[in-house]
Amino acid sequence: MPDTQALVNDFLNKLKKRKIEGSQATAKQTAELLRSVISQTRVPYTNQAAALIQSVKAVGEGLIAANPVELAVGNVVRRVLHIIREEDLSLTTAAMAGLNLSAVSDDEDDVGGDNQPVLSAAAIAAASRSTLRPPSLQTLLEDVPDSAAVPHTSSSGGDSEGKSKSADKSSRSRKLKHDVIEAVNELIQDINTCHEQIAEQAVENIHQNEVILTLGSSRTVLEFLCAAKEKKRSFRVFVAEGAPRYQGHLLAKELVTRGLQTTLITDSAVFAMISRVNMVIVGAHAVMANGGVIAPVGLNMVALAAQKHAVPFVVLAGSHKLCPLYPHHPEVLLNELRSPSELLDFGEFSDCLDFGSGIGAPLLHVVNPTFDYVPPKLVSLFITDTGGHNPSYIAEIYQLFVTSLRGEDMKFKSEIMKTNCVAGGNLVKS
Amino acid sequence: MSFPILMKPLPLSLKDFNFIAEANKSNAPGGAASSKSVKQPPQKKDGPPVASSVAASERGVDRPVEKERKKDLPPPRMQFDDESRVGKAKRRSLLNQPEARNRVELFRHLPPHKNGSQLPYLESKFFELHEMHPSVYKVGLQYLTGDTSGGNARCIAMLQAFQEAIRDYSTPPEKTLNRDLTSKIGGFVSFLIECRPLSMSMGNAIRFLKSRIARLPLTLSESEAKAALCSDIDRFINEKIVLADKVILRHAATKIRDGDVLLTYGSSCVVEMILLYAHEIGKQFRVVVVDSRPMLEGQKLLRRLVAKGLSCTYTQLNAISYVMHEVTRVFLGASSIFSNGTVYSRVGTAPVAMVAHAFHVPVLVCCEAYKFHERVQLDSICFNELGDPDAVSKVPGRVDVNYLDNLTDKQKENLQLLNLKYDATPSDYISVIVTDYGMIPPTSVPVIVREYRKEYLLI
Repeated sequence: MPDTQALVNDFLNKLKKRKIEGSQATAKQTAELLRSVISQTRVPYTNQAAALIQSVKAVGEGLIAANPVELAVGNVVRRVLHIIREEDLSLTTAAMAGLNLSAVSDDEDDVGGDNQPVLSAAAIAAASRSTLRPPSLQTLLEDVPDSAAVPHTSSSGGDSEGKSKSADKSSRSRKLKHDVIEAVNELIQDINTCHEQIAEQAVENIHQNEVILTLGSSRTVLEFLCAAKEKKRSFRVFVAEGAPRYQGHLLAKELVTRGLQTTLITDSAVFAMISRVNMVIVGAHAVMANGGVIAPVGLNMVALAAQKHAVPFVVLAGSHKLCPLYPHHPEVLLNELRSPSELLDFGEFSDCLDFGSGIGAPLLHVVNPTFDYVPPKLVSLFITDTGGHNPSYIAEIYQLFVTSLRGEDMKFKSEIMKTNCVAGGNLVKS
Repeated sequence: MSFPILMKPLPLSLKDFNFIAEANKSNAPGGAASSKSVKQPPQKKDGPPVASSVAASERGVDRPVEKERKKDLPPPRMQFDDESRVGKAKRRSLLNQPEARNRVELFRHLPPHKNGSQLPYLESKFFELHEMHPSVYKVGLQYLTGDTSGGNARCIAMLQAFQEAIRDYSTPPEKTLNRDLTSKIGGFVSFLIECRPLSMSMGNAIRFLKSRIARLPLTLSESEAKAALCSDIDRFINEKIVLADKVILRHAATKIRDGDVLLTYGSSCVVEMILLYAHEIGKQFRVVVVDSRPMLEGQKLLRRLVAKGLSCTYTQLNAISYVMHEVTRVFLGASSIFSNGTVYSRVGTAPVAMVAHAFHVPVLVCCEAYKFHERVQLDSICFNELGDPDAVSKVPGRVDVNYLDNLTDKQKENLQLLNLKYDATPSDYISVIVTDYGMIPPTSVPVIVREYRKEYLLI
């Protein structure tokens, strides 16, 4: 436990001081941290899922409060909580199916016929697992069809239940943690490979001799374009520099190193050039529940220009960026203001920025936001690691995902202040 | 920077002027194919086009009308994607133009940027360039280095330089003042074009001057003619620029209410005057100055506004969606306004107008009427000006973001840098245009061009 506490504190510090930035890095670290928290948590015999959930929530609250703008942290915490509940539920149904099996086989020993009960028991277990499990993000995105509802046979024989319970408990406790950690490992794996999975769809979306526009720099976009280049598509890229961080320069350098024809333009020239562009491809910081995008500053202007010229606006986002919260005044509440020194040199206008001179209020304010909000009606397509989606489909996924989450998972104290959450309550669609 | 050596007035003798006139005729670039012929087609702007109209004015009134209508078509520009014409222009040019590396394909039809590194070459060539009047030379250098920028400033500087050149001018023997002076002015203009492509305001001013020269009655003596021309130029500057600005101030100040938050982009002299005037007459408002790379003109405007005590907010163009929520009016300047209502202005004006339109904020463009032009333009690519590409890759003052400093040759081969100077804002984003003729909608621009252009050409 002390080890994890040190790890947690270290990560909290990094988040607070913005030493670690970027959704993929924070998501990965959060998942790994929660994995160690889970493995270190001591679980009692009964109701272990609650204990795990408790410890994860405690850590999660702190992480989210450290950097509320980094929505990927909250997303991962919610996914882990969901995993815990899922695994718990599946283990419970398996246990119950196991009890049924023992009960059934007791009854049917007289009848004889060994093969049939085994099959039916396994089938019952699988069926009950899928029916009892509420629709999860996994199942929705993978579109697993529900098998026919199997009559839920109540466990018969309370005494046999009691006997097997004690035997199962110890194995179950180990099994739950084990399953949860396996699932979290899968989650980490997904986060790691999201770039590759998105990049696989590049070839289907980029044709020959295309002209693509992007702003700033995003690793997803870089991998996407390079994957298309690998498959021998030839196209040109216009990169807008993305002042005041100038990450467009970095992206341009990367692209020319890999042999793509790149033109670096200033942000002011985006409107002038967009009429000659076939497609705009950008990365996102986070995708909100209504399909709106929190993106690096300047992208709302690009999206408006793209809409005016009927140019498709494509957003690439890994599934760890999908956030089930609704944005309310996102440009103010989900934004961060950076140092004015990126716009004006130190000392240049210091007499006007000073609070101490004259009337006690500065004459000059400098505004340097980090993020922009792009409303869903301006986005043509989302490409995630599960495929391409419309903004309205993203919103639909959230409706179902949110209703499958428990209400208490949705709201974290620090987030209540920041966003208007969907009233999750205990809506469970069965 | 100062050029003390170069300001020594050269004693220009009559012989020199003769030589100059001949040299100028063959030096005029633009429409290269027609430069040899004596009878110029009316479309050419530089070089002597008025020879035919001068002759016509003697015969009757209807001929000039026809020529005027034909001349109203905007002259075709130099085609930089045509190899043979580029070669010819290079041989004739005064400036040594280095091969622009990696020119962007879409903009091959535009001249590449000439930067201040031409100065030593020009200085060494000066004493061979007897044909240039020193004040015109000075103005050209100021354009080249970017010391003089902005439509009004450039136009006024050019006209005042022409005034001095006219005062120092004397007609060579066996030449009429009209034709010779016109060809001299043409030579000056071609030099200025080489330093930096003309802005629309300058183009209109030159047309005005040439038409004034053409309409000089032949009975005037040389000194009277020169005095008339100088006073015409003074009147043009006074009426079309100085007084026009005052009228625009009055109109625009009525649109500013107490408690307004006004947004402006870049640095326009007219908008600056409006803001300072409104502040003087006691209106309470806040200003948001939006700036962009690479010129960062907004900082100069910011300094002047803050010095006068206006409370300002400063931001970069990318943050325009963030600040637009609290903005009530947007004031923009223009380099020119075309006949289809498109506003041709500093690059970045179009996104500002577009975002303002999306947030339902009225956009007021403030522009003197002499800048209107009968051209039409749909996008920012057919006609534009290219700036220094290295200004895009280098970020002055911030060493941490100089990612493009050391590129290998292979990398440089694939990378192109584009630095546009102007862009075209579609007329649907503009609410009203404030001119010295009043506040007009963008659709009324061709009316002003048609109705009032003749009037001021004939004053």
